[in-house]
Amino acid sequence: MKINDVILRTVTKIVVFIILTFGVELFISGHNDPGGGFSGGLVLASALLLLYMTYDIETVHKGIPFDFKKIAGLGVFLAVASSAVPMLFSNQFLNQAKGEFALPVFGATELSMVLLFEAGVALTVVGVVVTILLTISEDVS
Amino acid sequence: MTNALVLPVLIPLLTAIVLTFFRNSFILQRTLSFLATASSAGIGVYLLLRIQSEGILRLDFGGWEPPYGILFVGDSFALLLVTAAATVTSIILLYAFSTIGEAFEKMYVYPFMLFLLAGVNGSFLTGDVFNLFVCFEVMLLASYALLILGGRKVQLVEAFTYITINVLASWFFLLAIAYLYGATGTLNMAQLAERVAENGQGPVLTVISLIFLLVFSLKAGLLLYFWLPGSYSAPPAAIAALFGALLTKVGIYALIRMFTLVFHHSPEITQSIIGIMAALTLIGGSIGALSSSNIQQIIAYNVVIAVGFILVGLAAGNEVALQGSIYYVLHDMVAKAMLFLAGGLMISLTGKAKIGELSGLIRNYPTLGWLFFIVMLSLTGIPPFSGFIGKVLLGEGLIEAETYVLLTLAFLSSLFVLYSLLRIFLNCFMGEAIIGSEEQVVLKKRTLLPIVMLGVLTLAIGIGADAIAPFVNDAASTLVNPQTYIEAVLDKEALLKK
Repeated sequence: MKINDVILRTVTKIVVFIILTFGVELFISGHNDPGGGFSGGLVLASALLLLYMTYDIETVHKGIPFDFKKIAGLGVFLAVASSAVPMLFSNQFLNQAKGEFALPVFGATELSMVLLFEAGVALTVVGVVVTILLTISEDVS
Repeated sequence: MTNALVLPVLIPLLTAIVLTFFRNSFILQRTLSFLATASSAGIGVYLLLRIQSEGILRLDFGGWEPPYGILFVGDSFALLLVTAAATVTSIILLYAFSTIGEAFEKMYVYPFMLFLLAGVNGSFLTGDVFNLFVCFEVMLLASYALLILGGRKVQLVEAFTYITINVLASWFFLLAIAYLYGATGTLNMAQLAERVAENGQGPVLTVISLIFLLVFSLKAGLLLYFWLPGSYSAPPAAIAALFGALLTKVGIYALIRMFTLVFHHSPEITQSIIGIMAALTLIGGSIGALSSSNIQQIIAYNVVIAVGFILVGLAAGNEVALQGSIYYVLHDMVAKAMLFLAGGLMISLTGKAKIGELSGLIRNYPTLGWLFFIVMLSLTGIPPFSGFIGKVLLGEGLIEAETYVLLTLAFLSSLFVLYSLLRIFLNCFMGEAIIGSEEQVVLKKRTLLPIVMLGVLTLAIGIGADAIAPFVNDAASTLVNPQTYIEAVLDKEALLKK
């Protein structure tokens, strides 16, 4: 018997966006408030997990055609490389610069190099979590 | 501030990450990974020379001064090991290029080896106990992957033991760190040393130090080596050589660092326990090496004997003995890599791993035979090879410390090393040739070259012992005078601000 999952599918369509927004919010507030790349990345990955559970792997892959192993690699690269950049300006490894920028929509915004590092962490977490989950689910069949 | 201090970790790490994107271009993988390890070794030498003129170097990450931030501290001991580790890894990589096979190269074997090196170098350089834990984990995760790569049954069986033991040990490590933080309120090694010295090493701290001893003994294979012979003989020769040369040395380094810098105030407890454990390791390792007839097992038990031998120096604890230990660690990295590669090559050429099944190999492969002979002499401690100077200094130190039982055991173990390897040499290389010259597998020159390079290196360390003596002496004097280390990390200005 085919399971009736209309409610799950309908709810997922909305909830995924709420989760993704919350994940981004956690990620951005990271370096001054609780949150950050790791927790933000986990929340983002949980949105993807919900999609995988509601729809099947093929459908989701049609929408998000990324190799998540590559994403994890890119994340680690971003984190390590952004830590190494200050060395080029004769600062310590992992030194963080920040500055105020007047952006068109957001007004005066403080942007920090930490964001790049955190973005790397977030991408790594998303990539690794999704890869682990997909690998486990492949084993069953 | 010396950013170069992070490069021996950063270069392998970054290269490994980049290489994961180029899974199928083997040429690029080989070139970049070799360049990464070789340049790490070069930077190690450069830093070593700088330390001689400028004293202990440090790098505060992100500009956070100690004791608040995490930092890398480069003293001669750490940098000697970094240089040796990177050099040996680059030579092992050369061996891997010609032997490891396409299936392994496709499964990221070079990135994993680089991750392992990054973890090992990080463990040597870090000045923070928690960071030490992290670097240990980086190294261990890479070693888990390297151990099961290939997926043969024996590898999976051994990996299960290996991973279980190491996860348990890591848990104990974390526990010990938590206790230590609870007792002293800091994890910066220099500040730890200072606080323990100020408040005295009471019973609580001694118990914590014993948990650390347990953890590092598991990792180094000091007495708790039951997992070692199995898991070091399971993977292919190149990977086994990397394990044999580097992994136990990190545990040894951590033991020497912690018990000379932080927990050196009740030697009658800690030092004597280390002494007893080292003695038992020497005995157990010797028994293992003599009782096995499997070449890989014998070689793996030789790793165990070396661990006991090096830590005898820590048990004695005086400057000469520590000099001997440092020389011996350096020698052992080179010689063990050479032994694993030579033994692995014998097995891969003939397809047999039992002593009784091989004979007369020296007629088929004369160079390999004599290289094996050289590494045997080197490990036994025959001059002019590198094992000699370490053994002599260690002997002097033990006499000075009047620990004659350890002295006897340490030098008896050298005889057992000689006997166990001589057994391989006489049985497998000497005697009647059983493989005809037509049917023998061709041994390529580039497969043999790395072993020749290691042979030259062990000879060079032996003959050039005078040249590296200043570095070793500086390293040992920093170890026996922890105040030098503490002052280099916590300078007076930082203390006044606190």
